[in-house]
Amino acid sequence: MFYREAGVFKTSYAADQALLTIPQDRRFMAVILAIAFIGIPITANDYWLSAIMMPFLVLSLAALGLNILTGYAGQLSLGTGGFMATGAFAAYKLATAFPDLNIIPVILIAGLITTAVGILFGIPSLRIKGFYLAVATLAAQFFLIWMFNKFGWFTNYSASGVIDAPPRAVFADIYVTGTEATPLAKYLFTLTVVVVLTLLAKNLVRSHIGRAWMAIRDMDVAAEIIGIPMLATKLKAFAVSAFYCGVAGALWAFLYTGAVEPLAFDVNRSFQVLFMIIIGGLGSILGAFLGAAFIVLLPILLNNAPGLIGLTLPTDLVSHIEFMVFGALIIFFLIVEPHGLARLWAITKEKLRRWPFPY
Amino acid sequence: MMTRCTTHLLAATLAVSSLVTVPTAVADEQFIGNLVYRSGAYATSGIPYADGFSDYIQLLNERDGGINGVRLDLEECDFGYNTDKGVECYERMKNKGATGLPAVMPLSTGVTYALLDRVVKDRIPLITSGYGRADAADGTVFPWVFVPPATYWSGADVAIQYIHRQLNDLNGKNIALVYHDSAYGKEPIKTLEHLATRHGFTLHRFPVPHPGLEQKATWLKIGRQLRPDYTLMWGWGVMSATAIKEAAAVGYPRDRFIGIWWSGNEPDVIPAGAASIGYKSLQFSGMGNDFALHHQIREHLYANGKGAADAVDKIGQIPYNRGVQTAILLTEALRGAMARHGHRPVTGAQVRDALDNLNIDTDRLAALGAEGLFDPVKLSCADHAGKSRVQIVQWDGSAFKPVSDWIEPNNELMWTLYRESAARYAKEKGITPRRCE
Repeated sequence: MFYREAGVFKTSYAADQALLTIPQDRRFMAVILAIAFIGIPITANDYWLSAIMMPFLVLSLAALGLNILTGYAGQLSLGTGGFMATGAFAAYKLATAFPDLNIIPVILIAGLITTAVGILFGIPSLRIKGFYLAVATLAAQFFLIWMFNKFGWFTNYSASGVIDAPPRAVFADIYVTGTEATPLAKYLFTLTVVVVLTLLAKNLVRSHIGRAWMAIRDMDVAAEIIGIPMLATKLKAFAVSAFYCGVAGALWAFLYTGAVEPLAFDVNRSFQVLFMIIIGGLGSILGAFLGAAFIVLLPILLNNAPGLIGLTLPTDLVSHIEFMVFGALIIFFLIVEPHGLARLWAITKEKLRRWPFPY
Repeated sequence: MMTRCTTHLLAATLAVSSLVTVPTAVADEQFIGNLVYRSGAYATSGIPYADGFSDYIQLLNERDGGINGVRLDLEECDFGYNTDKGVECYERMKNKGATGLPAVMPLSTGVTYALLDRVVKDRIPLITSGYGRADAADGTVFPWVFVPPATYWSGADVAIQYIHRQLNDLNGKNIALVYHDSAYGKEPIKTLEHLATRHGFTLHRFPVPHPGLEQKATWLKIGRQLRPDYTLMWGWGVMSATAIKEAAAVGYPRDRFIGIWWSGNEPDVIPAGAASIGYKSLQFSGMGNDFALHHQIREHLYANGKGAADAVDKIGQIPYNRGVQTAILLTEALRGAMARHGHRPVTGAQVRDALDNLNIDTDRLAALGAEGLFDPVKLSCADHAGKSRVQIVQWDGSAFKPVSDWIEPNNELMWTLYRESAARYAKEKGITPRRCE
């Protein structure tokens, strides 16, 4: 009733190939973007922008990157943290070595450097599959973090091994890093990067490359027989995924915290991002965002909830309640919908399409 | 059915409300926000620290009615030693109360680094007592960061001075450093390398990956092969206890094994049992539970069931005393700010000015009932560290006992290193150092 494609006629190939073919979907997306670009900046305070939206956006991007590799191409990876660290340290080296370079090329080149590293660690994927590949990528995780810890060159020989984001502007004096940057500028910059890269990913996964990834994920032998080159396709997935994770790492270090040590990207970060895509939905762009929202935002909400409804509980009790409820919710969602939150959303759309006259 | 539901609901509501105290935020109260970890892997030292901090603040409320009649409204935010959550806590609390957060004390190196930029923008002083960036001692480059009572670099220098006293000559000696492979553990390396060339000893570095449960190879090398004259440790949490056990397993003498202050908590030595006897550590706070302040806390708070800790014998644990110490630093700065701006809640910027002029001397410590709980602290606009004197303590099986007086680091050398590093930071971040007259 409210949501249907009946009566939507496509008269050109372009219309048929559009990202969102149903008018309701287009309107819905326009509303979401309007809220993100206009609504939130107008209404949200510093706390919302810099403590809630920033980590959500950056980790969504990392989850998107991992989802391309694991969800679409079927290559299980635990190296996300290592790739994020590579992006962060590459961005730092670039920003300090070329002080005149704009922040946008810094982040993009950092992403490309991570791409190269991702390809390197993707090579074993031709021979190793499934859980064994996860262990191989775990080696990447530990090796990269160890490398940034071990060699002072990566941190410009800082005593503590911590990198600090130098102040950089997008243009003129609109700073997005450093102490002069406003939370709003940081948020809008991150949001733009995330939206552009999401659009790119959405188009990529429905192109021939994306279809090749899914063919490999579903059955690699069959994919090879129909003529999909194994190594090239798998490496493409590693490359794109690493690029997204690298950009996410650079954004995390430069825009969100402003200073990081390699430990911020340890194996726990990799697991966090992996849980995001498992809960959000493997092989789904939307799933990356839903998963990030679940893992990042829900604990904050649970932690704030007693205060919001006027209760003042002891601090440790609030934390323990948060852990228990959060854990219970993970189990609940995995039981009711093992394919993730994105699948729940798809089912809702199906139901809305037939409402109020289901067969 | 309905009534049964209602009864259950009522019972649940009652159960919850018995835990609840109604928040009473009044405009003329001074808000104090504290980042704590009462949950997570490091709660064993996080809980007594938070209790000590809370007890001192509540003591001021109960005994004196706050500071100059301004009651203190303490709020805790639990972040479980998780940097992301710590940042969220800071952002949540920074604008609360009448004047916002007067200062932030994160008790975590990771959170400290994440807040360095934010506190400058928000104009809130960051007090990192014995952790964080050592070069923040230079107040011209770090106007918003304060590092009393000691830095990792001054701690490293004191440790070497102590070893120098024991061995008389350091030339040709071997000193090992076992450290947590993170920003925290790497802080002293440059200082130690500098001292190694100056005194002619050889420094052997042994990084231990987080969390530090696997140190067999490290200690075989130290205990069987290298046998260094002394071993220093920058350990944290479970790593410290593991190191002490491994040292015992390879027969390395514990009295030649010195930990930094964060490796000198009771939970670090108790798990290793008798193996810890003789183990030494640096400390910047006094030992024991017999200071005048402790008696007042027992009398005013615990006698009336208002203490933060669940048992009165938790008073005086090392992290507890550090919590009290941090609370004193903060409240003395609040006092200083109120002396200048009137007896009402003060802002972060006003507290910063007070911290720049903080002077807690022996008389003041005696008046506070904290004489011997810590060494006098005197800061200035340029000097955000103070004298940084610390003492060496030794575990005797039941308590840490001082084995040295308060040793002052070679502050002349420290300041050369601080200034050099701070200048590099200023250049990288495009900071123009402020002028201090």
